[in-house]
Amino acid sequence: MSRDVSAETARGDGEPLLSVRDLQTVFRTDRETIRAVDNVSFDVYRGETVGIVGESGSGKSVTARSIMGLIDSPGEVLPESSIRFDGQELTALSDAEYREVRGSGIGMVFQDPQQSLNPVYTVGNQIREALEINRGITGAEANEVATDLLESVGIPDAKRRLDEFPHEFSGGMRQRAVIAMMLACEPELLIADEPTTALDVTIQAQILDLLKEIQAERNLAMLFITHDMGVIADISDRVNVMYAGQIVEKASVENLFERPKHPYTRALIESIPGEHSRGDGLNTIEGEVPTPSAPADHCRFAPRCPRAFEACDGIAPEHIDVGETVEHTAACLLYPEGKSETDRIKHHEALANAGTPSKEGDDS
Amino acid sequence: MSKVSGRTERAARAGETLIEVENLKKHYGGGGVFAKPSVKAVDGVSFSIKRGETLGLVGESGCGKSTLGRTLIRLEEATDGTISFDGTDITTLSGEALKDWRRNAQMVFQDPESSLNDRMTVGEIIREPLDAHDWKTKQDRQERALDLLTSVGLREEHYYRYPHQFSGGQRQRVGIARALALEPEFIVLDEPVSALDVSVQAKIITLLEDLQDEFDLTYLFIAHDLSVVRHICDRVAVMYLGKIMEISETEELYEDARNPYTRSLLSAIPHPDPSASSRRITLPGTPPSPRDPPTGCQFSTRCPAKIQPEEYDHVEDDVWDAIERYREVVRERSRMSLGTVDRLKRHVGRFSAYDDIDETVADLFGDVDVPEDVSEHVEAAAELVRDGRPEDARSHLAEEFNGVCDLRRPELHPVGDGDHMSYCHRHTDEYGDVEPVIDRRTRDT
Repeated sequence: MSRDVSAETARGDGEPLLSVRDLQTVFRTDRETIRAVDNVSFDVYRGETVGIVGESGSGKSVTARSIMGLIDSPGEVLPESSIRFDGQELTALSDAEYREVRGSGIGMVFQDPQQSLNPVYTVGNQIREALEINRGITGAEANEVATDLLESVGIPDAKRRLDEFPHEFSGGMRQRAVIAMMLACEPELLIADEPTTALDVTIQAQILDLLKEIQAERNLAMLFITHDMGVIADISDRVNVMYAGQIVEKASVENLFERPKHPYTRALIESIPGEHSRGDGLNTIEGEVPTPSAPADHCRFAPRCPRAFEACDGIAPEHIDVGETVEHTAACLLYPEGKSETDRIKHHEALANAGTPSKEGDDS
Repeated sequence: MSKVSGRTERAARAGETLIEVENLKKHYGGGGVFAKPSVKAVDGVSFSIKRGETLGLVGESGCGKSTLGRTLIRLEEATDGTISFDGTDITTLSGEALKDWRRNAQMVFQDPESSLNDRMTVGEIIREPLDAHDWKTKQDRQERALDLLTSVGLREEHYYRYPHQFSGGQRQRVGIARALALEPEFIVLDEPVSALDVSVQAKIITLLEDLQDEFDLTYLFIAHDLSVVRHICDRVAVMYLGKIMEISETEELYEDARNPYTRSLLSAIPHPDPSASSRRITLPGTPPSPRDPPTGCQFSTRCPAKIQPEEYDHVEDDVWDAIERYREVVRERSRMSLGTVDRLKRHVGRFSAYDDIDETVADLFGDVDVPEDVSEHVEAAAELVRDGRPEDARSHLAEEFNGVCDLRRPELHPVGDGDHMSYCHRHTDEYGDVEPVIDRRTRDT
C-alpha cells in the first residue's frame, strides 16, 4: 500500500478486526510440553497488513493455525487465550460455528498451493463449491462469479481455465487459483502463511502485487506470515518479530528496519546477505533456535544474545515502549533505555506483577 | 605431505581457466519418430570458470541451472558441446579415466534431508567417497573423516551419530564434508542454503568462503536467491530457459545490468528496506515450456523491452501489451488438443466450444484504443479460434505481429567493461537501448 507518505501514524480509531490476547498453544508429548506459542498478543485492524516474521520453529505458523482453529490433538489452545474476531470470541466456538467463521470471515492461503487444491476436481469445480457452500450461489451464476474471480486474480482466459485441473496450472497460477477460492468466501481477514515461499522471485512479485491490489480493493485486513525480511518490508504496515514462541518486538515496518531495538531483530537483519557484497563478512547468530519447552521465566534469546547479562536468565522480559513514535515495543531487559540495570529489572518485575497472572506461572 | 604441495601448486596457478564450456546442450527425450519434441533443458551455453573463483548461476526454477551443474560433473551426459576441465574434454571420458577424474569434481545438494542416507552414520557418509576410491588405508580414511568433521565446524564425537540427530544446518555441513573428502578442485553447490533459515544460511556461507580459502576450491554456486549470490560470487551468469542471458562480474551485474531479464529479476527481489523506492518490473505470465520454446529469443514472450516490428511502430504501448497477452492466450489454446467429437463438429462447421474467445478479446482490448490495422488481425484470429483452429490463429498472429525478437535468436553481445556479455537484440546498433524502453513502458504501471 502507499506507505510512502508516512505510516508513522497511529491506527485509526475503532475496534481492531482481530484481537489476539495471551495466546498460548501447547503441544503435549510424552516427554515434555512444547509451548509453540507462548503468550502472544497483537491486533489487526481493517485495511492494514500485519506481518509476523521469524525463523522456522518460532511459532508463527502455529499462531496462524490457532486463529483459524486448526490445532489438533496433541496440540491445544490453552483456555486463558483470547482470540476476538469482529467482536466475537473464537476460542469458545464449537467446531460447527468455527467452520462458519472460516467459511465467511477469515480466509487463509497456505505455502503450498498444490496441497490446497484437490487434484481430481477442476479448478472451476472447486471455486463453485466454495461459492455454493458459503454464499449459496449455484448454476450459471456460479460460473459467472467464478470467471470473475479468476479474472480478478489475474488469470488470463479465465473462462477456459475453469475447466482445467490443478496440474495444468503453473505454481504461480495455482496460488492465484487458491486466492480466488478464498475470495469466493468474501472474507474480511486474510491470513497468508508463507504464500510466496515456494515461488520464484518474478512470480513472487506478481503474487505480492496481487495481494496488495486485492487488499486495497476490498479493504481487507491481512495477517502475513513469512521468514523473509525482504517480503515483510515490501508488504506489511506493522511487524511482529517472533522468537521461540514469543513476540520479541513489535513496530511499524519503518521503525523495525531503521531502528530495530531488540538484539534478536538486529541480528536477524544483519544476517541477511544483500546490498553489501563479498568482502564484508556476514554477521551470524551463534547457536540454534531453542525448542520452547520450559515456562518463560527467562529471556529465551539470552543464550545467543551478544548483550545478555546475568538477570536475563532469571527474569522474563516484558514489552517496553521503545519508540520515539507510535507503537514500538521490545521485550528486552535492556529497556527502558537510560535507566540503570537495577531500575530496569525492577521496572520489568513491576510490569510482570501488574500484568496478567498467566504470564508468570506454569499452567500445565 | 602431498596435500600441502598439491595446494601450493594450485594456489600458484590461480587465475587461469579451469573449466571451459563450449556450446553445451542437454536435451531430454525426443529422438524417435513418434516421440514428443525433446525438452531443451540446456540449449547451447558457453562460459569459463577460472581457478579459485566462484561463478554464480541464477535463474528461476526450470531454467536449466541444476541440469547444467549436473552435466558439468558428468552426472548427466551432455547431448552436444564440450566441457574442458584443465585441458581435458571430460564429455568423452569413460571407464577408469572417468572414475579418476571424478575425484576432482564434487557436488553439494540443496536438500540436506534427502541427500544423506539416514541409515549410515555421519562418519560412514563422509568416508564413503574415500572407500569408493580406495583411498589409502582404512585407518587413514577414518582419520581423514574426523579431520573433515572439524574443518566443517562439527565435532569428532559426531562421527558415530545418524543424520536425523542433526539440524538442517549441521546436515548441510555433513554434505559439505563429504564433498571435500577427496580433495576436489571443483565443487558444484546446488542451492546449498536455500532450505535453511537466514541465520543458519549466513553460517554456511561463511563456512563455504573459509573452505574456499583454505583448500583453494573453485565453486559453481547455483541459486535462485540473488542476494546470497551477490555475497559469495566473483562472477554471475543469469539463465533463462536453457540459455545464458547475461554474464558478468558480480558487482557490475548488480549495479549495471543490461539484459531486460536480469533487470526484471533484480527488480523483483524484495528489499529488506521499506523506504527503498525502486520501481519493480513485474513480468507477466510464466516461463514457456522448454518443450516448445519461442523460435526467437527465449525471453520474448515476457520481455518488457521487446522490439515492436517497424510497421507497427505507431501502436501505443498498452495496445501492444494487449496484443502480447492475446498471443499468449492463443498460444495456450493451441497447446490443447481437441477430442474426436469436437473434431467432427469442426468438420461439419458446428463447433462452438471456443466461442468464449470473444469474451477474452473484449476483456483484453476493451479499454484500449485499437487501430484499424490491428483490430482486423485480432478479429481474424478470433474467428479462427472460434472455428476450432487455434494453431492457425497462432500462426496468423505470428505472421502479422512477429518482430525480430520472435524471429531470430539474439547473440551474446559484449557490453560494458571486461567480460560483461548480454543476450539481447537491443545491443545491436539497429535498435534502441534496453533501459529507456523499460523505463517508458513501466512508468505508468
